Amino acid sequence: MGDSKDDYLKDLKKARENWEKSVLEPFLEKAPERNDLRGQDGKPIPRLAIPQSDNSNYQDKLGFPGKFPFTRGVYPTLYRGRFWTMRQYAGFASAYESNKRYKYLLEQGQTGLSVAFDLPTQIGYDSDHFMSEGEVGKVGVAIDSLQDMEILFDDIPLDKVSTSMTINSTASILLAMYIALADKRGISRDKLRGTIQNDILKEYIARGTYIFPPKESMRIITDIFDYCTDEVPRWNTISISGYHIREAGATAAQELAFTLADGLEYCKAAIGTGMDIDKFAGRLSFFFNAHNDLLEEVAKFRAARRMWAKSMKNQFNAQKSKSMMLRFHTQTAGSTLTAQQPNNNIIRVAIQTLAAVLGGTQSLHTNSRDEALSLPTEESVRIALRTQQIVAHESGVADTIDPLGGAYYIEQMTDKLESEAQEYIDKIDDMGGMISAIEKGYVQKEIQESAYRYQKEIERNERIVVGVNKFVTQDEAPKNLLKVDKSIQDNQIEKLNKLRSERDNNEVMEYLRELREVASGDGNIMPSILKCVKAYATIGEISDVLRDVFGEYKEHVIL
Amino acid sequence: MIGELAEKIISGNIRAIARGISIVESGGAPAYELLNKIYREGNSYIIGFTGPPGAGKSSLIDVAIGFLKKDFDKIGILAVDPSSPFTGGAILGDRIRMQNHAVEPGVFIRSMASRGHLGGIASATKDAIKILKAGGFDLIIVETLGIGQAEVEIVELSDTTILIMVPGLGDDIQVMKSGIMEIADVFAINKSDREGTEKLELEIKQILNDNISGDGFIPPVVKCSARQNKGIDILIESILSHKQFLEGSGIYEKKVRTRIKDDLKTVLQIEIDNFIQNKLDFTKNMDNWIDDIMDESETPYSIIEEIKKLFDKIGE
Amino acid sequence: MEKRIRVLIAKPGLDGHDRGAKYISKALRDAGFEVIYTGIRQSPESIVETAIQEDVDVIGLSLLSGAHNISFPRVTGLLKERDADDIIVIGGGIIPGEDIDYLKEKGVSAVFGPGTNIDVIVDFINKQVAERDSNSHDR
Repeated sequence: MGDSKDDYLKDLKKARENWEKSVLEPFLEKAPERNDLRGQDGKPIPRLAIPQSDNSNYQDKLGFPGKFPFTRGVYPTLYRGRFWTMRQYAGFASAYESNKRYKYLLEQGQTGLSVAFDLPTQIGYDSDHFMSEGEVGKVGVAIDSLQDMEILFDDIPLDKVSTSMTINSTASILLAMYIALADKRGISRDKLRGTIQNDILKEYIARGTYIFPPKESMRIITDIFDYCTDEVPRWNTISISGYHIREAGATAAQELAFTLADGLEYCKAAIGTGMDIDKFAGRLSFFFNAHNDLLEEVAKFRAARRMWAKSMKNQFNAQKSKSMMLRFHTQTAGSTLTAQQPNNNIIRVAIQTLAAVLGGTQSLHTNSRDEALSLPTEESVRIALRTQQIVAHESGVADTIDPLGGAYYIEQMTDKLESEAQEYIDKIDDMGGMISAIEKGYVQKEIQESAYRYQKEIERNERIVVGVNKFVTQDEAPKNLLKVDKSIQDNQIEKLNKLRSERDNNEVMEYLRELREVASGDGNIMPSILKCVKAYATIGEISDVLRDVFGEYKEHVIL
Repeated sequence: MIGELAEKIISGNIRAIARGISIVESGGAPAYELLNKIYREGNSYIIGFTGPPGAGKSSLIDVAIGFLKKDFDKIGILAVDPSSPFTGGAILGDRIRMQNHAVEPGVFIRSMASRGHLGGIASATKDAIKILKAGGFDLIIVETLGIGQAEVEIVELSDTTILIMVPGLGDDIQVMKSGIMEIADVFAINKSDREGTEKLELEIKQILNDNISGDGFIPPVVKCSARQNKGIDILIESILSHKQFLEGSGIYEKKVRTRIKDDLKTVLQIEIDNFIQNKLDFTKNMDNWIDDIMDESETPYSIIEEIKKLFDKIGE
Repeated sequence: MEKRIRVLIAKPGLDGHDRGAKYISKALRDAGFEVIYTGIRQSPESIVETAIQEDVDVIGLSLLSGAHNISFPRVTGLLKERDADDIIVIGGGIIPGEDIDYLKEKGVSAVFGPGTNIDVIVDFINKQVAERDSNSHDR
């Protein structure tokens, strides 16, 4: 009895020393820890708490940060080296307005850019298309051509700032524009850091900005994976998203399951075209929701890391450590914020921020208090940013790694979410994979049932939402919300007309024709798209060629 | 009021036709007045699409419309969905699958809830057909869920009935038991790119061999796929050849006679019910009768003797 | 004599967030209405044509993209053109309080924002339809 316990602790000590020697120290050489890691009493804060006495399967289930199965974190020092990237999603109206907002946020201490595009841009319509009526510049910035991108990133150093672009069906085009911009400015492509969301499966499930059918969309995505491996090696080619799935009403287990299942589907598709897992898997990233239940959310993030690592290793036989790491961005849950008593939302976001940080996120967007009313004002977004900064610098939760690890509840929750999510994933596998499951409507139905139940609970007061069904006050309608003027659409249209008359239209036609040829065959479409954007072809023009070749997806509604 | 509406319907006014359908759905005197006025107007061929849930009926109709527009001028579609037995409400979800042509000129789609009608087909569906016919729709498509009695009803109200099945759904045996196999005029295997298509085709042909129907038309079995747009032209051909057959043999007339008898019986039954309820003052007396039965002084059967005596009095 | 209230739930424009529209559709069915849901990416023209063919009593427009000041009046305007403005139009989604007066001027009867209880919406529909029917002679 005593022997095995001693053996266990001895082994653990050795393992730790091994980790310190082989993983931690090399890392510290490249990236030293901060020099303010002291407690209120002046004593150093321990780097990592591990069991001192217990027979739990620590090394298999938890292990060490930066090492398989990554349950406790993907980097050996996590926030002790560098805080998560504070990356506020922003964009509205014109490129000029958005550029101003980006500069403001960078001044206020944000550490990465996140671009929000308007719906016409996301769905491949120019600002003068009839479907764009009333939508131009409303939920994000209007980008019609490279010209707008030039304005959007005016005075922003592409080699110093990492940029995340929330763009899916037209990701290839926006990425090409970003690269074209770098080329024009003489910045070498291997310096570019950032992400494109590029996750079409969740569009069919929960977000709705799809254009083409599934098979064709997967082709575009794998073309992007392939292209970036050599051309833009530090670029994250996809942000496999659970955020929207959760917002559509999914539970934590469902968010976990459907996101990972999407990820597995992308890996299968890429491998199907002949790519090697270790060549592209290291550049896959994820995007999760930080919802209300702090403890469950932390468990969810940990389960996600462990499950993905195991899948990469066992299912796809990945060899490189980087291929097995689940790195993710988080956004606090927009759907939990209320129109009633908007200042309460600041508190909600603070708690959700804690969930994300205690869960080990690599980057974070915090919602503003006016989420349920409009796009954020400068003041609102500043408060949201301050929330992250206060948690980072004042709360202490970022000074040690995976502090909730080992808490009985957290470990139980992590295990439970893993097994529940695995059940869903197995079912989806039986159906032939995620695309199949989506076509059958299985995923959508599950989400809707959860959404319906949740809403009913709120209406029956079985679930309290402060300010909505309890502690209600008679509010005045909030004033001074952000408004996007209709003149934005008119200006954009004017610019478009000018552009079309000033560019070399022969060149544009030539390159669009080339694109059509490549898209109809099985070559990589990225180089061709790059040519088109450099000639100032518009998003609509490029998308229309692809619509012609690939066809359009018809929504499959399950009610 | 009704007179004006009838004229607008006959002239093809869409809003009037839609309002007309609502009026016949609500029933009662205004419905009769309207139906009486428009009864003889127009001429339509009626195709019924039925089949189990998941067969892809709406998607198939959506694709078929594109082809049918070559042979017919105006196409009206009635899509019937079940009402909730608990709340009486309904989600009418067929239209959303027919978006390709839903708002084209010459195409009219109306979603109808079964409204407690046990069979599944709204009793108002037959009357809605009359409205569309009067409005100039030369082709009317009725879509319903093929479960239980609804199948027999759709055969009565359609000229050509199409049963849509899909391979591997597991309903195969079920449908064969329910008798629809003997009454459908055309069998369509949708999603025929899936495994199990050949097996299903064989099963259907087997049953058809065992049950040669009396009218001499051999129902074709068409393999098609709405999603891939395959086999739809053959499906349309089958429908048109059945149409030719009906019109050539005397069977079409027989169908029309049966429908008229049906209309008469329906109207008669409603009138009889109303008459009896009024004359016997049901509302006032019902509670008393129930009380008597509960306190054991009467049974329903002894009460009926009392009621029969009241019948005799009515004659006087 | 059976009259059921018929409601069209529609999503005009490019906004793809349908959680609310789907929930409302189910909840209204539970309240005894007949509901037709159009799916996303509908044009005002097709919404109005659908409403007319289906002879609905109410159109519920759901929109979260900020385009409501353009889309909603387009729908009410088209209804008027087609002589169908006795159809009641209500809205929901992300619509700032300060825009509601304008929308009402343009013919929208009510706007139900986030957090509205379904009973409030059901009551409103029942009352409005009853009022309209008693005032009109051809319903």
